[in-house]
Amino acid sequence: MKIMNCPLNGPRNISEFVCGGEVTVEPDPNRCSNEEWADYVFLHDNDAGVVCEWWCHAPTAFWFIAERNTLTDEILRTFASSELFSERQDYSRPEQEAGQ
Amino acid sequence: MAFALLKYGLGFGKFERQFPKQKDLKDSYDVVIVGGGGHGAATAYYLARDYGITNVAILERGYLGGGNTARNTTIIRSNYLTPEGVKFYDESLSLYKDLSNDFDMNIMYSERGHFTLAHTDAAVRTSRWRAEVNKHLGVDSELVFPDEIGKICPQLNLSQDVRYPVMGALYHPPGAIARHDAVAWGYARGATMRGTELHQKTEVTGITRSNGKAVGVETTRGPVKAGKIIQCVAGRSSLLAKMAGFKLPIKTVPLQACVSQPLKPFLDAIIVSGSLHVYISQSSRGELVMGGSTDPYGVYQNRSTLEFKEGLMAHMLELFPFLGEVKILRQWAGMADMTPDFSPVMGETPVDNYYIDAGWGTWGFKATPVCGKRNAEMLATGKVPEVLEPFRLSRFNEFHQVGEKGAASVGH
Repeated sequence: MKIMNCPLNGPRNISEFVCGGEVTVEPDPNRCSNEEWADYVFLHDNDAGVVCEWWCHAPTAFWFIAERNTLTDEILRTFASSELFSERQDYSRPEQEAGQ
Repeated sequence: MAFALLKYGLGFGKFERQFPKQKDLKDSYDVVIVGGGGHGAATAYYLARDYGITNVAILERGYLGGGNTARNTTIIRSNYLTPEGVKFYDESLSLYKDLSNDFDMNIMYSERGHFTLAHTDAAVRTSRWRAEVNKHLGVDSELVFPDEIGKICPQLNLSQDVRYPVMGALYHPPGAIARHDAVAWGYARGATMRGTELHQKTEVTGITRSNGKAVGVETTRGPVKAGKIIQCVAGRSSLLAKMAGFKLPIKTVPLQACVSQPLKPFLDAIIVSGSLHVYISQSSRGELVMGGSTDPYGVYQNRSTLEFKEGLMAHMLELFPFLGEVKILRQWAGMADMTPDFSPVMGETPVDNYYIDAGWGTWGFKATPVCGKRNAEMLATGKVPEVLEPFRLSRFNEFHQVGEKGAASVGH
């Protein structure tokens, strides 16, 4: 069994983890065009080589980021998302819409 | 037979090459087809046969039919869920039936009957839905229950005392298997006989563009100009599309499969179970061809894993307990290009003169003839055929997907 190192739980079997896709920048859902949103939701770089992805340790629902090589199936590094993201994403509706 | 061999061995008799010798690359072609698998070869075949367009090069980085054409489990069926999907795959199935005659080469097309087992109420409901869509479009497809399944396929364990008892099945009598290599060889031979050039060991390393138009390709054997380019590269679609300057809605994930040691013929039908993530058929060599769901995460690698084998075999034994002593003979994996709606990506791209045939997750082999035929029509006439239109790349921008998850794959 392949082992992945969870930043919260330490080394665990990879079957305990779920891959959440590439780390990308989310466009502002209230302002972006349909094309930008479709690009964000559906299109992927799908690179052969080192990729940076969201992963989740399913039993503890802990989301973190992993760098791995898709050509060699090696996990290079796993780290807490706080290394890349310092603020929580704000999903509240803009003020002018909030009353609708 | 022995004398004929001896005659050739001693150098008498005329030896006919199956394919002409590979020539030098020309400076330019009317059409460049990137990828020499089933889809690429079929596109070249119909371009040459139906439209007389033979100034065509198929560029293949490895060898003919050596990618996913050689790695699938050869199941051919058309019992899909959406009307768009059913029409598309049914056209493919009807082309397959005549392919041996077309090629004058036996592709060992063998109609077996195809069962998609349902182990839950939800799966029975989806089966009924598929059966009704299929029948409406003239495809032979029926919801059957264990007593009927037992009559056609008595080998199957229909006991209700198992973890996932069989509650019913979608029965599709035209479901078939064929020899996958012969399909690629037949198409390539038919195309090269008519003047198309097949260039093996010729990797495309870049797409040359000018003013938003694709005008040629860079290859490991030098640059080539092209009137039109189409990419038919299965598991490397995203990488090639990136060279052409656009992204695809694809994640590339390995799909593993294996065969057992050869057994006497005992299983006529093709058995698929979405809930148990398993599909089985017996090849003409007697081997059980088995596959399962795609891997849980993406890699560009054809490795096999023990986890996959364990899961697959546990479910196999639930359906066929008497296979417990049978050994696995070979295992392999192919690169499955999974799209969000489990349908392919066909037709025009953001780059002019650059066309795509991609997004083949676990449904590519059965679509080989229809893709070849309709790609050829598109390249020759410049218009996207109606049957390909629903699978356009821009459907994702329009949020107009063709959802085939319930019918395309066993991994969900």
